[in-house]
Amino acid sequence: MAEPGTSLGQRLKSALTDSFLAGIIAFALFSLVLGLRSVDNVTGLTLQPRPMRLAVAVGIVFFGRLLLNLFVWQAEYPLTTPFAKLLRRDPFDKRDVVVLGATALLAVAGFIIAALFNAPAYELIAVAVLVFVGLGLLRRAIVHFFPDLPYAQFFVVAGILFAVFFPLTSFGLEKAFHLGLPLRYWFDLAILVLTYVMLGWGLNIVVGLAGLLDLGYVAFYAVGAYTFALLATHFGLGFWLCLPIAGLAAALWGIILGFPVLRLRGDYLAIVTLAFGEIVRIILLNWTEVTNGPNGILGIPRPTFFGLPFTPFGDGATFSQFFGIKYDPLQGIIFLYYVILALAFLTNLVTLRLRRLPIGRAWEAMREDEIACRSLGINTTITKLTAFATGAMFGGLAGSFFATRQGFISPESFTFIESAIILAIVVLGGMGSQLGVAIAAIVMVGGFEALRHTEGLQSFFGAGFDPALYRMLLFGLAMVGIMVWRPRGIIASRSPSIVLDDARPIPTDLVEEGRA
Amino acid sequence: MGEGEAARFMTYFLQQLINGIALGSIYGLIAIGYTMVYGIIGMINFAHGDIFMVGAFIALIAFLAVLSIGITMIPMALLIVLVVAMVLTAVWGWTVERVAYRPLRESFRLAPLITAIGMSIVLQNFIQVAQGARVKPLQPVITGGFEFFKEGDFTVIISNIQILIVVTTVVLMGVFWLIISRTALGRAQRACEQDRLMASLSGVNVDQTISLTFVIGAALASVAGLLYLLYYGVIDFYIGFIVGIKAFTAAVFGGIGSLPGAMFGGLVIGLIETFWSAYFTIEYKDVAAFSMLAIVLIFFPTGLLGRPEVEKV
Repeated sequence: MAEPGTSLGQRLKSALTDSFLAGIIAFALFSLVLGLRSVDNVTGLTLQPRPMRLAVAVGIVFFGRLLLNLFVWQAEYPLTTPFAKLLRRDPFDKRDVVVLGATALLAVAGFIIAALFNAPAYELIAVAVLVFVGLGLLRRAIVHFFPDLPYAQFFVVAGILFAVFFPLTSFGLEKAFHLGLPLRYWFDLAILVLTYVMLGWGLNIVVGLAGLLDLGYVAFYAVGAYTFALLATHFGLGFWLCLPIAGLAAALWGIILGFPVLRLRGDYLAIVTLAFGEIVRIILLNWTEVTNGPNGILGIPRPTFFGLPFTPFGDGATFSQFFGIKYDPLQGIIFLYYVILALAFLTNLVTLRLRRLPIGRAWEAMREDEIACRSLGINTTITKLTAFATGAMFGGLAGSFFATRQGFISPESFTFIESAIILAIVVLGGMGSQLGVAIAAIVMVGGFEALRHTEGLQSFFGAGFDPALYRMLLFGLAMVGIMVWRPRGIIASRSPSIVLDDARPIPTDLVEEGRA
Repeated sequence: MGEGEAARFMTYFLQQLINGIALGSIYGLIAIGYTMVYGIIGMINFAHGDIFMVGAFIALIAFLAVLSIGITMIPMALLIVLVVAMVLTAVWGWTVERVAYRPLRESFRLAPLITAIGMSIVLQNFIQVAQGARVKPLQPVITGGFEFFKEGDFTVIISNIQILIVVTTVVLMGVFWLIISRTALGRAQRACEQDRLMASLSGVNVDQTISLTFVIGAALASVAGLLYLLYYGVIDFYIGFIVGIKAFTAAVFGGIGSLPGAMFGGLVIGLIETFWSAYFTIEYKDVAAFSMLAIVLIFFPTGLLGRPEVEKV
């Protein structure tokens, strides 16, 4: 915020200087790697100049920083204030109302224009903005008029109801936005999001509750997937029998991999778990006799409904025959949706219960301070290993669900980037916060899936523009941006479940004597 | 084992030793960036491997550009490329620190590690978008070599590029050592490493010192990138990940915060990887390096040449 009394001219000048410097730096950064593209030719590599892209990139940096300088960083009234206030409790003033109103109007106008030009992707963006502002205002209104109401629980209950009735609401979604996507697409997307919610909740036990940074979580996901795939293809075992076995196998691997790293802390732990994750992947890739190497495992069976398969015909009765309804491939997908929903709820339920048990408290105590925890007589070895094992178990369960949903697995699916995505979901959601992790999974996975459907951008940048290429780039930028903006996550991270109620200040004389 | 067998064994061993030293020098150059940053702000600069990758790409493009404007004298061209790559990669290093790490310096310990992972994803995908996902092959620039050792039909060859790698590394290490031990910047760095608050109270510009640390680390990584490009002749946007982890292993192996340790660790990791590929299975060479990392951290948490860390509550 600007010092009071600085004139507009001074502000403009300093904003311009700053943006100009940023532009020069951007030019240095992008000049070679973006301004020239190395192309493979018959004669070897040649260079192809791309001045336009360079100009656009430098322009984005310059004007972006200029706007931020003028309206946020150096402005007397930063334009972001009302949006920040939506998440807080301090009162609105007139300017906030004007900005929020203008935003809502813009969103409505954007929605109408997008609807006229039949650009559903932009309709969705406009609706997302409206929903954000609307939900924020609703929350503020509840806080204002009913200060004692546990409003957060309303949102949680609404979210759970939405998840449970999603197969019904998705019909409505499709009708409302006429995106022209098959219903199956919505279920697949929802299943994907829920898989990440479950993985996020599983990793949240290790990272959020116990405070152990695990960068190799995908290893347990892989163990679960391969356990089920191998048991199913070699011994013909079904999903429901293999699910607990896969969970146990992953938990066992959690202990095996957790044992050597007991002494490590913080960053070192992170890097060793990363190494373990890579080792698991390389072994899966090269141990061809068992894992079939890079070709992966095919023909993994789908789960059955109490022994009733979701196929048009079968050896015995199938689901549709048994219930006397017409066969529809969607039935199997909807069933998968409810399986992963149940698994995710199970993860959440176990976490919520564990948090109240001595072991959960020990995890949180260890996260807050390991040395203090040890000096209070908590066995940190057991505490760490149980955290690893529990987290790994849910990773394994999610893994075997992944295998059964895909019907095919290969080491390709278990790269480091997968671990990074799950970790990003946990950290950006707010470590230890169950709700935050769920929101982050929806925003991250759903948001980047939405990027697939940006035909509008394609018409703008030309046919060669592939939005999918930019997904991971934007993902990384979002990871950095959200972290810098809110280091404690979207939903603030969870404080310990059990704390001393009255925090007593320590008297100065005790501090001086060194006794406190 | 017959006479010829012994000679074959000997020459093969020597050849692998030389290859390992060349590879290890590259790891050592990158490891310095990890070790300095960890020493001064206590974080793993996860994006450093990708800075190395960006440096290799800048070197590649600068080299092609220099050739296309008509400078065909190879030593001259390489010198220009070296300077350009060092400067531009240093700007990348500076920017990454400024954007992703400085705002989080007083935040909780894992916060900068998360942004570092994010930055690593950003750099990889930026290069993929800007330069394409395919590997970039470069015709061999520095060819030839000389027979170092000959026994019967078996020869051990040191190629010119291997000599260049080792000489460049040794020279840079020497310069760098002088900077750390003799200049005001080095003194400020060592002060920040010991106690950042006290250093700032004594008039050290901590922000600037940390920025310069990143700049130096990135410049050294770009040299490693150039050498890697010349040595292997092939780069892609993904090389930073694996090479970065190995260089980090090297830094940990030698004891994080220790410069001779980084060089020593780099050589050890380079040798382990080369010998593992030569005598065991090439598929599992990364497993060997990663297992090494785990073993070192578990049994020597402060590395072989590092100082023990005091636990403070």
